[in-house]
Amino acid sequence: MTAISDVSFHAIARARWRPAEIAFWILAASCAFLFPSRYLIMTDIIRLALFTLSLDLILGYAGIVSLGHAAFFGVGAYSAGLLALHGIVNEPVIALVVAGLIAMVLGFLTSFLVIRGVDLTRLMVTLGIALLLEALAERFSNITGGTDGLQGIEMQPILGLFAFDMFGKTGFYYSLIVLFLLFLLARRIVNSPFGLSLRAIKNNPLRASAIGVPVNRRLIAIYTVAAFYAGIAGALFTQTTALASLDVFAFERSADLMLVLVIGGTGYLYGGLIGAVVFKMLQELFQTITPQYWLFWIGLVLVVIVLVGRERIHRWVLWGPNLVIRQVLGRTAVVAVPESDAP
Amino acid sequence: MTTLFTILFDGVAYGMLLFVLACGLAVTLGLMNFVNLAHGAFAMAGGYICAVLVNNSGWPFFAALPLAFVTAAAIGVALERTLYRHLYTRSHLDQVLFTIGLTFMSVAAVDYIMGSSRIFIKLPGALEGQFDLFGVGIGRYRLMIIVICGLLTVALQLVLAKTRFGSRLRAAVDDPRAASGLGINVPQVFAFTFAFGCGLAGLGGALSAEILGLDPYFPLKFMIYFLIVVTVGGSSSITGPFLASLLLGIGDVAGKYYVPKMGPFVIYTIMIVILIWRPNGLFGRAAAR
Repeated sequence: MTAISDVSFHAIARARWRPAEIAFWILAASCAFLFPSRYLIMTDIIRLALFTLSLDLILGYAGIVSLGHAAFFGVGAYSAGLLALHGIVNEPVIALVVAGLIAMVLGFLTSFLVIRGVDLTRLMVTLGIALLLEALAERFSNITGGTDGLQGIEMQPILGLFAFDMFGKTGFYYSLIVLFLLFLLARRIVNSPFGLSLRAIKNNPLRASAIGVPVNRRLIAIYTVAAFYAGIAGALFTQTTALASLDVFAFERSADLMLVLVIGGTGYLYGGLIGAVVFKMLQELFQTITPQYWLFWIGLVLVVIVLVGRERIHRWVLWGPNLVIRQVLGRTAVVAVPESDAP
Repeated sequence: MTTLFTILFDGVAYGMLLFVLACGLAVTLGLMNFVNLAHGAFAMAGGYICAVLVNNSGWPFFAALPLAFVTAAAIGVALERTLYRHLYTRSHLDQVLFTIGLTFMSVAAVDYIMGSSRIFIKLPGALEGQFDLFGVGIGRYRLMIIVICGLLTVALQLVLAKTRFGSRLRAAVDDPRAASGLGINVPQVFAFTFAFGCGLAGLGGALSAEILGLDPYFPLKFMIYFLIVVTVGGSSSITGPFLASLLLGIGDVAGKYYVPKMGPFVIYTIMIVILIWRPNGLFGRAAAR
C-alpha cells in the first residue's frame, strides 16, 4: 500500500496549482486591458496555443510524433464553417462543441491507424491523412468552396448575447475563455492516473504494458482527445475570422505547430501557450524584415533549436526566472521545468 | 488497348524517376534509420543547377546531368559532415524538426534566388516529341528516362550485391558496432552512401523538371511521394523501393487518367491501406529497428 500512497502523494503534489501558474493566467487575462488595440493578433495567439496544447497532449505526454495534426484543425474549421453557413447550428458555443466532436470522431477512427507501427509509420500515416483530407476538400469544392474557401460565413452572437465585433474584442474573450476551460480539462487529464499511465507509455511502452497498462487503448483515448482539442482550435479559427480555406490542412501548418511546441517545450502544458506567444512574435518580426521569405527564418530557428539541443535551450531560458525566484523568494523551487524528452 | 500501354509506359517512366529520386532516402531512412525529410531539397538543388547550366550557360543537357549529380552529392557530403552526423543518434522528433527546418530554408532560399515560378530546362531536339511503336505512342524523353534509370538501378543492385563496398555498407547497416569492430570505417561508409543518395536525388531532380515540374516548393510537394516509396517498399533491399516506385508511378498515372476527379486521392488511399495491412512495408523485414 505504501507504494501506491507514495505515488498518489507525489501525483497530488504535482497537480497543485503553483503561484507562477496563477500569475500566468492573470497576466493572460490582463492582456485584454494592456493591449486593447491588438485583439486580432492576441486571438490568433490563443488559437495557436490551443492547437499546440492538443499536440502537446499526444507528443509531450504520449510520445506520438504527428506530421499531420492540421487534419483535425481543418476538419474542425470546415465543420464550424459549414454549420454556420447552412444555419444548422447557429449558436457559436454549441457549434464549437459539435465541430470538436466531429474532429474527435475522425481522431478516434484514425487512431487505429496511428497506433500501429513505429515512429516512421506514424509520421507517414498522419501526414497521409492530412493530405488525403486536403485532396478531398479540393475535390468536393461544391461543399467546401475549393481553393476560394468558404465564403459568406456570418456568425450569430455567442449565447445570443455577445455579438462578434469588428475589432475582435468579443472573439478574444471568447477564445480566451475556451482556452482556459480546455486547459483546465487538459490539466485534469494529465494529472490523473490516466495521464500518469501515458507518461509510463511514453518512457517505455514495453514496460508499461508489462505492469498492466493497456497501451493501445490509452493511446487511442489520448489521440481522440487531442483530435477534439485540435477540432475546437480549428472551429475557433473559423468562428473568429469567418473564413475557412484549404490551407487549414496544409503541411506547413502541422510543421509550424511542431516548431511552436518545441519553442515552448513539451510535456508540461504551458509549453504550447508560451511557444505560441514566442512564435507569433518571431513571425511578426521576420515578416517585417523579409515579408516574403520568413519561411527561411522559421527553418533556421528549427535547425538551431535542434542543433543546440532543446533541453539546453530551456535551461537557458529558465535560468533568469529561476535566479529571480531563488533570490527573491529564497527557495529552490523552479518555474515549470519541461520533462526531459526521452527518445 | 493502346491507351493501356501508353499509361503503362508513362507510369513506368514516372516510377523509374521516383525511384532515382527516392532511393537515396531509402538508404538514409530505411537503412540508417534517419528521418531525412529534406531529401527533396537535394533533388531540387540538382534540378536548378541543371537548369542554370543549360538555360543560362548554354551547356548541353547531357553534360549538365552529371554535374547536377556531382553538385548535389557535394552539398550532401558537406551537410552530412557538418550537420547530419550529429543527429544520427538523436530521437526521431529531433530529426524531423531539423530536416523540416532545412527544407523550409531551402524553399525560401531558392525562391529568393531563382524566383517562385516554375522553371523549365531546354531539352535537345532529339528528346522532344514521340514516335509510334505498334500504335503505342512512346515519348522520347520518357524512353530516355527509362533507359537511364533502368541502367542506374541495375548498377546499384550490382554495387550493393557484388562489390566490397556493397558488403561493407550492408554490414555497417546490419550491425554498426560489429562492423566497426571488423575494421570497417562506418561513418565514412555512411557519409559516402549519403552523398551518393543525394547525388542520385540531384540527378533525379534534373531529369524530373520536365515531368514533375520544378519550382521552389518541389521538396514539400513531393516529400510524401518519396516517403511512400520508402515506407511501402520497405528497407531490406533495393528491390522493394524499386517495385514500390513502379507501383506508385503506374498507380498515379492510371489514377489521373481513369478517375481524374479523384486527383491524388488514389495514391494516399493505397498507401494507407498498404501501411495498415503491412506496417513494415510491402517488402519489409518483419522487425523494424
